[in-house]
Amino acid sequence: MLSMTNKHSAKQVPKQTVLNEIKAPSLDIKDASLRYHHSEQYVLSSLNMHFPAAQWTCILGRSGCGKSSLLRYLANLLVDKVTWSGQLSTSTNLPLQNQIAYMAQQDLLMPWLSVLDNVLLSEKLSNKSHKTGKQQKSLHITKAQQLLEQVGLSDKIHYLPQQLSGGMRQRVALARTLMQNKPVVLMDEPFSALDAVTRYRLQNLAHQLLKDKTVVLITHDPQEAIRLANQLYIMQGQPAFAESLTVPDSQIPRSFDTQSASLQQQILDRLEQDYE
Amino acid sequence: MSNLPPMINLAKPIKSKDKTLHPVLRSLLTFAVIIAIWQAVVIVFKLPAFILPEPLSVFERLIARYDVLLKHSWVTTQEIILGLLLGLSMGLCFALQMLLFKPIKRWLLPILITSQAIPVFAIAPILMIWLGYGIASKIVMAAMIIFFPVTTCCYDGLKNTPTGYLDLAKTMNASKWKMLRHIQLPASLPTLASGIRVAVVIAPIGAVAGEWVGSSEGLGYLMLQANARMLIDEMFAALFILSTISVGLYFITDKVLKKLIPWEA
Repeated sequence: MLSMTNKHSAKQVPKQTVLNEIKAPSLDIKDASLRYHHSEQYVLSSLNMHFPAAQWTCILGRSGCGKSSLLRYLANLLVDKVTWSGQLSTSTNLPLQNQIAYMAQQDLLMPWLSVLDNVLLSEKLSNKSHKTGKQQKSLHITKAQQLLEQVGLSDKIHYLPQQLSGGMRQRVALARTLMQNKPVVLMDEPFSALDAVTRYRLQNLAHQLLKDKTVVLITHDPQEAIRLANQLYIMQGQPAFAESLTVPDSQIPRSFDTQSASLQQQILDRLEQDYE
Repeated sequence: MSNLPPMINLAKPIKSKDKTLHPVLRSLLTFAVIIAIWQAVVIVFKLPAFILPEPLSVFERLIARYDVLLKHSWVTTQEIILGLLLGLSMGLCFALQMLLFKPIKRWLLPILITSQAIPVFAIAPILMIWLGYGIASKIVMAAMIIFFPVTTCCYDGLKNTPTGYLDLAKTMNASKWKMLRHIQLPASLPTLASGIRVAVVIAPIGAVAGEWVGSSEGLGYLMLQANARMLIDEMFAALFILSTISVGLYFITDKVLKKLIPWEA
């Protein structure tokens, strides 16, 4: 096992030669509404949002308010299931479809694949991969190993997911997301199932590793939103619309101070209104 | 607090040593008990040898006729294994078709259910006419009897892929084929494995029933012949070998499946 690692890491390759970085775009949603085909009720309406480029946007809201629907729409998972009207544009004018990576609440690691192979999943599933040669493949493996090292799991690459703890598994999922190297990362409460300290450390890690990406993070946890958000939205009402809140102008990930405490109170007040 | 972990570590091996025997030893013990009860029944009820032979005479018969028994066992084993392979691949194909072509499913499902509504034993004579007295008809019998459990298990496994896996694969722009190959098929393996376990146990029924209806070799044939000549000990010998084959096949399959599917719960 150890000799394997050494063999691969011997061929150090600069990152740029593997995959060229695509500049992260900003996203804009203007006057959008969304309705599932099977229902008369609109889930979202008069939705206006701006996701700044290479920054974190956090979305808070009551469960079932439609934030996951929004994220799944952006992830292109609701094709043929919903009617969408309104404008969705990217600053680079490229279609969103090939620019996103998706991270869900469950880590979604395939139990039959080793940690390394899970990280390499996107390469395995992508349509071009059958043409890639041996050299390309070993480049991918090197890249995956670098990523696993960055998330602190370089000694676990041949483990199966079920041998890892919840925090480790979500770190593998993070490495898998990074492996996709997409400019936009959509996250649906990826840290919510973890204990407080693990969550704290994973937030820091994710923030550090996703620095140059446009991140959309859905969360239930006001503290998480306050720690990580460059841009903060609360979704409420039925059908739901989004309201922007001003966030403190401090270094992210933020440490907790009086400013963030008052923001948390503000968030909770808003959220509570929606429950009535 | 600090010496808690070693205590737990100590407690575990003692407990496991106390309560469980080695599985081989356990099955040997079970076997010995059954033999003892058998012998006791023969002695207590003074049963004549043509109703229930003594274990020892069955054993003697097993040794005296080992060449004949071996030859017929080989035939039956072939029928079971080939029947399993045929039934498994048929079930797999059927399940895949139902998954991939939704409209076909509506047409195939009634056929599948009908195939189960007709007892395999009832069509055995027809199979004899069509496929002859050789091993082909028995292979088909065994395949037919396992076809339904394999198909349903495989189809259920394929259909119930966790939606999260599929969503993730979709966001990675996976094609339908890659999704099937890399996500749906492996995800269905644990369910398919339970179908295979059932199949391995019931496939011998199909093979032996086929031999009863009409054959010139195989353990089922041997048992019919022995029955006609009132050689009860030979019947028991054949029965013993048949169950050994079934049990052995099950354990081998179980071991292989566990090795291949380590993530199975």
